[in-house]
Amino acid sequence: MQTIKRDLVVIGGGPAGLSAAIAARDNGCKDVLLIERDRILGGILNQCIHDGFGLHRFGEALSGPEYAQRYIDRFHSLGIEAMLGTIVLGLGANRSLQVSSRGGFMQIDAGAVVLAMGCRERTAGAISLPGTRPAGIYTAGAAQNLINLQNIMVGERAVILGSGDIGLIMARRLTLEGAKVEAVFEVLPYASGLPRNIQQCLNDYGIPLYLGTSVIEVHGKERLTGVTVAEIDPLRRPVPGTERLVPCDTLLLSVGLIPENELSRSASVIMEDRTSGAAVDDTFMTSIPGVFSCGNVLHVHDLVDWVSEEAALAGACAAAYVQGEARAAEPRIAISPGPGVRYVLPQTVSGRRDFTLSLRVTEPAREQAVWVRAGKRKVARKKLMRLHPAEMIRVNIKAEKLQDARELEVSVE
Amino acid sequence: MEHSYDVLIIGAGVVGNAIARELSRYEMRVAVLEKELDVGMGTSSRNSGVLHSGIHYQPGTLRARLNVRGNALMGRLCRELKVKIQYIGKLTVAQDEEDIRTLHALKEQGEANGVPGLEILGAAAMQAIQPGIGGIRALHSPTTGIICPYGLTIALADHARTNGVDFHLGQEADAVRHSPDGFTVTTTGGDTFKARVLINAAGLYADRICALLGISEYRIYPCRGEYLILDKRLQGSLSVLVYPAPRKGGAGLGIHLTNTVDGNILIGPSNEYVDAPDDYACTSDIIAQLKKEGHELLPGISTADFIRSFSGLRAKQTPPEIKGFKDFVIESRTDFPGFINLVGIESPGLTSSPAIAEMVRGMVAERLPLVEKAAFIAERPGRAELFHELPAEEKADLVAQDPDYGEIVCRCEQITKREVLEAIQNPLGAQTIAGIKYRSRAMMGRCQGGFCLPRIVQILEKEFGYRPEDYLLFSKDSHLFSGRVR
Repeated sequence: MQTIKRDLVVIGGGPAGLSAAIAARDNGCKDVLLIERDRILGGILNQCIHDGFGLHRFGEALSGPEYAQRYIDRFHSLGIEAMLGTIVLGLGANRSLQVSSRGGFMQIDAGAVVLAMGCRERTAGAISLPGTRPAGIYTAGAAQNLINLQNIMVGERAVILGSGDIGLIMARRLTLEGAKVEAVFEVLPYASGLPRNIQQCLNDYGIPLYLGTSVIEVHGKERLTGVTVAEIDPLRRPVPGTERLVPCDTLLLSVGLIPENELSRSASVIMEDRTSGAAVDDTFMTSIPGVFSCGNVLHVHDLVDWVSEEAALAGACAAAYVQGEARAAEPRIAISPGPGVRYVLPQTVSGRRDFTLSLRVTEPAREQAVWVRAGKRKVARKKLMRLHPAEMIRVNIKAEKLQDARELEVSVE
Repeated sequence: MEHSYDVLIIGAGVVGNAIARELSRYEMRVAVLEKELDVGMGTSSRNSGVLHSGIHYQPGTLRARLNVRGNALMGRLCRELKVKIQYIGKLTVAQDEEDIRTLHALKEQGEANGVPGLEILGAAAMQAIQPGIGGIRALHSPTTGIICPYGLTIALADHARTNGVDFHLGQEADAVRHSPDGFTVTTTGGDTFKARVLINAAGLYADRICALLGISEYRIYPCRGEYLILDKRLQGSLSVLVYPAPRKGGAGLGIHLTNTVDGNILIGPSNEYVDAPDDYACTSDIIAQLKKEGHELLPGISTADFIRSFSGLRAKQTPPEIKGFKDFVIESRTDFPGFINLVGIESPGLTSSPAIAEMVRGMVAERLPLVEKAAFIAERPGRAELFHELPAEEKADLVAQDPDYGEIVCRCEQITKREVLEAIQNPLGAQTIAGIKYRSRAMMGRCQGGFCLPRIVQILEKEFGYRPEDYLLFSKDSHLFSGRVR
């Protein structure tokens, strides 16, 4: 079996991987290899033909493929090596990778690895959807792939369960393609997707959104014939008497994304329950020296702009690691989520560099502030007009504010 | 269309296919009639996949005898068919004194049935086999095993096909006529099948086949068992099967954890009579109960570990008000000479299937001469392991020989394009998405096809010319797509 060596291997050619590889090269790492399992670069952006990408990064609204292309062009102009149609099947703690492609099955020994594998969708099984298992039930992303990339229409009369962004985008997409979208049902009392998508994908097309409502049974033996929906109480039980049948031939699920960390786990990277991603420090390094993580495999982002920004930092830090930047004996300040915060990352920082906290709140709120405290001492405070679990909040922290801090707590008050 | 055979088997479950494969050793024309578009679409693909030792059934019954014999035959059969099998053993666990008496009774019963190696273990010996297990004593049955139930069913059919058996899929028996020279079966599609020997292996529909001949003494009561499939992350938490000691009045063997040969763990099955023989729904109450019991048995489970729920139906002969077990019916009918009738083959039907096939072969021999085929192909080609289960060097060699091994189509289960192509080009000609799934394991992982279904669609379109209307999930009206994007 062939074995090759590379200074830095980036796993994944979506927005995170591209950005990390480019930043690593820009920061002086010459020997960068990016591995992508698809035959083209760009990742899931390729099937996101709607617009709205790049508002923060480029100040304009691009489609997914357009956004990706900017990075792909830059990637190629730097002459970075890419292995396409190649999948990483194993990652050892010593940063040795087993990869497979039509060209062969080989081992790659890497000086550093950036994990940028993205995420996958929760399925009917993951939410234990009751009822039968007929044809016509798809995750929203799979339907998006079939419709946008393969010219295949999944159905004519649809119900969408979950108000995640992909589901909202697909509600509009199906409508534009002539399907009837009956409604979007969301078990939570608030929408999971971005407010702009609720407006542009549902309200603008007259598609109703029912909050606190879920599908409690699937009907149909061969092809889906309908779903029973009901209001859901705070303990997640259907409210008797609120059941109603919604005839449909298609059910799209947009019920959450899960970071794709099987490789990370196989390498025994320490994981963080709240994000389902790796625990990282302010250089995006995981518990395994030289293994970095960024993008949706680290935590699920709301906007690709933040993915690119985060991954660029991770790529730069990985380049520094490869080039032997001394890292010994850095202090470790633990960061934990306090009241009102679902998760915060990074999980530890050195206190030697400025960094950006990324966090999500537990519930929608208005006119509150994100507080960052070291014990009783205020480190930072960011006031926000509107807070929503769908929207990631970022808070910049100056290193100079962290002197003598042992741990930080982040809360919403 | 009219077809003529020596033997016609109705039902392509594990029992029908085991019989077909057994008869394919002999010079006779054999066919299998199946109403679904693939083999093993009923009970045979919807069970725990446990190879039972034979402790549970009363000595002298067919169930007891065929179970123990089937268990003994299965190892060699699986080697010949390239089907995964592991004799991992089972602990039946006692929680109190009454349970201990049950264990002793089971041990005696098992020994009377000829089950080898039974032993009652104290708490320490149990712990040595499965650390962390709760209970005060356990009955260890080392010949209990696990097997891939649909893998075996498909392999039996493949192998029978290779040795000349015809499979007529998507053909449902609608009428049966008996005459002195045999049977004429008409299907809902209008085809006619003539045969000298007719074998009823219709499982959940066995009573309906009987009724077509005017035999009214049997009735099947479908009894549903629901399961949850757990992520492979938990593989290794269980080294042996663990069952509670059976309690009085139970119709099944109780909810338990079962390892599968592919590395998942199953929780289930529940036990609930339903009205229809195709009611495979899963219910929120049972799902909640299985999750609760699953958490008690394996505290490390998180909600993300539940990959899928499914249900299967037991073909019970006992109505809900009686419950319990009736013995298998395997009879050569004197009122309809040449009709071999199998009714009520519920658990342990999978384990018993090779022994049932032997027994039915004997009944066929009373009607037709058994002349061994010189050209019988004894082994199914290929290997039991999937690509991803092979050592790295072997993987590298395979990819070097055939690039389709290097292209991974299903990322969760690491299934290669070669394996998907082989599943599409299956010997039986089954062409459903479920057929590809059961043969290759693609779409069976934690993302349930979210990643690989679009890729499989690409393969079917590019290499086999599929149009959107050609994709069926499993049955003739289970269309996946409505057409092209306008």
